[in-house]
Amino acid sequence: MRIGIVCPYSWDVPGGVQFHIRDLAEHLIRLGHEVSVLAPADDDTPLPPYVVSAGRAVPVPYNGSVARLNFGFLSAARVRRWLHDGTFDVIHIHEPASPSLGLLACWAAQGPIVATFHTSNPRSRAMVAAYSILQAALEKISARIAVSEYARRTLVEHLGGDAVVIPNGVDVDFFARAKPKAEWQGDTLGFIGRIDEPRKGLPVLMKALPKILAERPGTRLLVAGRGDEEEAVESLPAEMRSRVEFLGMISDEDKARFLRSVDVYVAPNTGGESFGIILVEAMSAGAPVLASDLDAFTQVLDQGAAGELFANEDADALAASALRLLGDPERRAELRERGSAHVRRFDWSTVGADILSVYETVTDGAAAVATDERTGLRARFGLARD
Amino acid sequence: MTATLIWILVGLVAIGLYLSWTAGRLDRLHSRIDAARAALDAQLLRRASVAQELATSGVLDPAASIVLYEAAHAARQAEEEQREVAESELSQALRAVFGEVAQVEAVREAPGGDAAASELAQAVRRVPMARRFHNDAVRAARALRRHRKVRWFRLAGHAPFPMAFEMDDEPPTALADRPTS
Repeated sequence: MRIGIVCPYSWDVPGGVQFHIRDLAEHLIRLGHEVSVLAPADDDTPLPPYVVSAGRAVPVPYNGSVARLNFGFLSAARVRRWLHDGTFDVIHIHEPASPSLGLLACWAAQGPIVATFHTSNPRSRAMVAAYSILQAALEKISARIAVSEYARRTLVEHLGGDAVVIPNGVDVDFFARAKPKAEWQGDTLGFIGRIDEPRKGLPVLMKALPKILAERPGTRLLVAGRGDEEEAVESLPAEMRSRVEFLGMISDEDKARFLRSVDVYVAPNTGGESFGIILVEAMSAGAPVLASDLDAFTQVLDQGAAGELFANEDADALAASALRLLGDPERRAELRERGSAHVRRFDWSTVGADILSVYETVTDGAAAVATDERTGLRARFGLARD
Repeated sequence: MTATLIWILVGLVAIGLYLSWTAGRLDRLHSRIDAARAALDAQLLRRASVAQELATSGVLDPAASIVLYEAAHAARQAEEEQREVAESELSQALRAVFGEVAQVEAVREAPGGDAAASELAQAVRRVPMARRFHNDAVRAARALRRHRKVRWFRLAGHAPFPMAFEMDDEPPTALADRPTS
């Protein structure tokens, strides 16, 4: 099958959606499909052979943060050329409602279009204003996928219609086979995420840390991620700061070893999560997970059966749960076992098969994707001769 | 005077273009519904065929065979008005027959049973997908057709008002092919 995938965010900036598309493309290529990914990228960044650059993305303030988006005449022309050259059986657009490549591709294409909605943002004023414009583009999509039941609910509330739920995929065995590293073991709590992004929840964890250290002074907190390390530990008493170790950005291999090593993986995120891939990765590596009770996390952790949950933004509850877990090796072993069994449904073998089922359902008997030529005036008034 | 006339003319042309664009949208939605309906029909037919094949294969016990054959046959023969009910009954029959993992295992062990079980598992997963995509297209078309501009100018022409396909499509848990936790 010839498959075109549209990535809305810059390929050179790491992010959940980009990783998802990379893994999906590579999974489909391994199965013998022809895949081309259209993504914004600087012209001089090295790209994998299956990625086509749609030009440089422009940083624009959008939806409360600076997003790097593609729009304008040049990008639209590149989208059209990609669609024309690719002669795809199906195109798969990610985040079609964000004002970037996804929307442009939706506008320019006709034929079987599959779209995945990743985010579950609260309804923004801009979305309300742009509703009728969006609707005209989004109604071309033949099949919608939401990454979680929560994302589906937001989609239904904001845009109407319905979607099938297919979770994000993880290469479970890659994490399960990683070797633990001795220096990261022994009474360790792990955290992965941007240090300076408050929604990732590191401040909540910092608030809980003194309580944890008071009872278990041997505990260490390992933090992997970008950001200002000085600022992060500012709220801690000086003598406790040495219990926090910053590892900076880590490679995929180290991330797997990190998750294999820690005693408890903590996800104190306070919001803005629609799926929680990191929890799946932690469970794949057999790390007991302690997460805030966001809707998305609750669902990934099977309502708390595959990992512990604490009340969102409640540092005391976090400290109490962390202490209970650290002091109870049996409960940790139980969570390890349940987590490892639970994550099988997120493995690419399952998720990839589901996504292919969607492709096959919409392409059954349909023509290939083509550029959407605007109907000529003569045809509109019924004067054109076929 | 001439200026006013020209402005009226420009306005009328603009309205005409807008209506023609809307008619184009509606036309595209109708063809999307047709494609989605064809896909749904294909999946339903596939499901009924595999069910019937399994029912006549002798892998299942006689009682289960009869229940499954009856439901699959009824679903394939159903008239358009009874289709939703017949397909729902086939879903119920499939759930009753393949309610236990042991039953699915027994089918897989029979010669050629593995392929049949996989095909049925695929079909019971794809029917809800295809139905959801179809009903999503129907909803989009209905939303546009209810709009004033479409009703007043009769942009939908003689196309019938699109109807959602409602049925019970819950797949049997033992067949849903999800690694269980």
